[in-house]
Amino acid sequence: MEPKGARRVLLKVGVLVGLVVGAVFAGFPVFWMAASSFKANPEIFELPPRVVTPGFSFDAYTTIVTDPVKVRFFVNSYIVALSVTMLTLVVAVLAAYAFSRFDFPFKRPLNMVIVSVQAVPPITLLIPYFGLMVTLKLYNTYWALILTYMVFTLPYAIIMMTGYFNTLPRELDEAVKVDGAGSFTALWRILVPISVPGLVSVGIYTFMIAWNEYLFALTLTRTENMRTVPIGIQLLMGQHSYEWNEMMAMSILGCVPVLVLFLFFQRYFIGGMTAGSVKA
Amino acid sequence: MSTSVKAGPRQSPRPGPTRPIGTPRKPWRRRVEPYVYVFPTVLLMVVLMLVPIVMVIRYSLYDNVIMKKEPVLAGIANYTEILTDPDFWNAVKNTAFFTGTSVVAHLVLGMAFAMMLNTPLLGNVTKAIFRVLFILPWLFTVAIIAVLWRLLLNPNGVLNYLLQTGGLTDSKVEWLADPNIALYAVTFINIWSGYPFYMMSLLAGLQGIPRDLYEAATVDGASYWQRWWNVTVPQLRPIIVSIAMLDVIFTTQQFALIWMTTGGGPINVTEMLSTFTYKLAFNRYQFSLASASAVIIFVFSMVLAFFYVRYQKARD
Repeated sequence: MEPKGARRVLLKVGVLVGLVVGAVFAGFPVFWMAASSFKANPEIFELPPRVVTPGFSFDAYTTIVTDPVKVRFFVNSYIVALSVTMLTLVVAVLAAYAFSRFDFPFKRPLNMVIVSVQAVPPITLLIPYFGLMVTLKLYNTYWALILTYMVFTLPYAIIMMTGYFNTLPRELDEAVKVDGAGSFTALWRILVPISVPGLVSVGIYTFMIAWNEYLFALTLTRTENMRTVPIGIQLLMGQHSYEWNEMMAMSILGCVPVLVLFLFFQRYFIGGMTAGSVKA
Repeated sequence: MSTSVKAGPRQSPRPGPTRPIGTPRKPWRRRVEPYVYVFPTVLLMVVLMLVPIVMVIRYSLYDNVIMKKEPVLAGIANYTEILTDPDFWNAVKNTAFFTGTSVVAHLVLGMAFAMMLNTPLLGNVTKAIFRVLFILPWLFTVAIIAVLWRLLLNPNGVLNYLLQTGGLTDSKVEWLADPNIALYAVTFINIWSGYPFYMMSLLAGLQGIPRDLYEAATVDGASYWQRWWNVTVPQLRPIIVSIAMLDVIFTTQQFALIWMTTGGGPINVTEMLSTFTYKLAFNRYQFSLASASAVIIFVFSMVLAFFYVRYQKARD
């Protein structure tokens, strides 16, 4: 059934050309961003553009990592994203356990609520959140961001973990319970340890959502010491002039955690990303 | 992003026959336990989902809330004002164009890339390298994508240089500042950033299509495109519908990309529903009008979500 001879070579060349065009489309902007982060600011828009300029240096990176204000953006982002990830996993595992292993009267409606909550537009919640966070005295704190991000990460995490628990045979946790252990022991000792791949997938996804969030970080924090990386990148625009090389360096530094997660956990990463739309 | 929570294997509410009646397991405990487990979730959803939605609906029914000490009930006045505002309909039109074009282009690009990555003509290493390259745009946060494209699309930037050198334009194009072009430019950026999700989902789907379906079609004398249309597309249909619906839901809500590239301008040619609502609230302090607009967007999203959930249920 496979094409033969000259036709096959022609097809192969065609596909390769397509792949290379696609790679330029996808990769060139990223490549240019990286190249620009090593330029001196006046060289950013020089004509004709060059990939490597005489001013090639790591100065933009040094400026960022030695500026306490900018380092603080990264610290904030890590604190918020890691807290959201940990809390989401704990709360989601508990809820997923109930959904997977118990039957209770409000299970179906609760399930429906959790699925549809994912479609609630952030902009709809933004106005009341603003008032709510001021009332709860959480405005301009880490908690304002952590709690609001969890609203958006939890539903997905619960759905994914419920699905994961459902693939694990019931006999596993029932066996422990027959020995007299409570359901929490069964969850903590048996289900959680064998669910590590699922937890990693969900954890990575959660971390990314929290690391990348922009709208709430913009509105629910006010002072520079509470800002996260996405807002920090924006603050570099038009502060005095545009520090393009610093913006690009900060962008590169800002995508490092996601890139590292991706390289080490590619399989989980893609698993988590496509699980919703592709049925196993 | 999700399928619905599926119930696990059926659980008998009473102790099963393996456990004789009278063992220490207390039935009340068994009944209460699941609520303990879902309690943190329910608490969070009530405080940060139910309460805010009630609040925003309430805000939308009063005259200028938050700014006034004692707001007066305004009924549906805010809604009539929003729905008769030409700026609102301009935002609806832009959002529809932005979303419709993005979804179609995402699907076409995602499908093309997924099929190229699934070809038997090339080795696995080659395909793995291209896969990583193709997924790149998805690894960047919107804030980064915005500054990145502001760099490329700058009038003095590299794209204009390449176009001028290639003789395609003779003047510097103001991609993000020209009212005739800006909407297309932001849509293009969104297309660039969004296709990897389709590509990966479709690639996973392609790899799951049983081989014998293609063999049977070949025996029947079907050409490559006939096989694609009669085997591949029908097999991928559930995935395509799912991701397209999710994409519609999330693209209509896109805020950060617009906000950081054009801010809705020039004038209001790239104003989306999200930026329109945000500006009403946080630039003009018209919180009641903004709430009315937010509720309208909410209702629209819930209608989409309803169809999405129903579709997912039908798949189960």
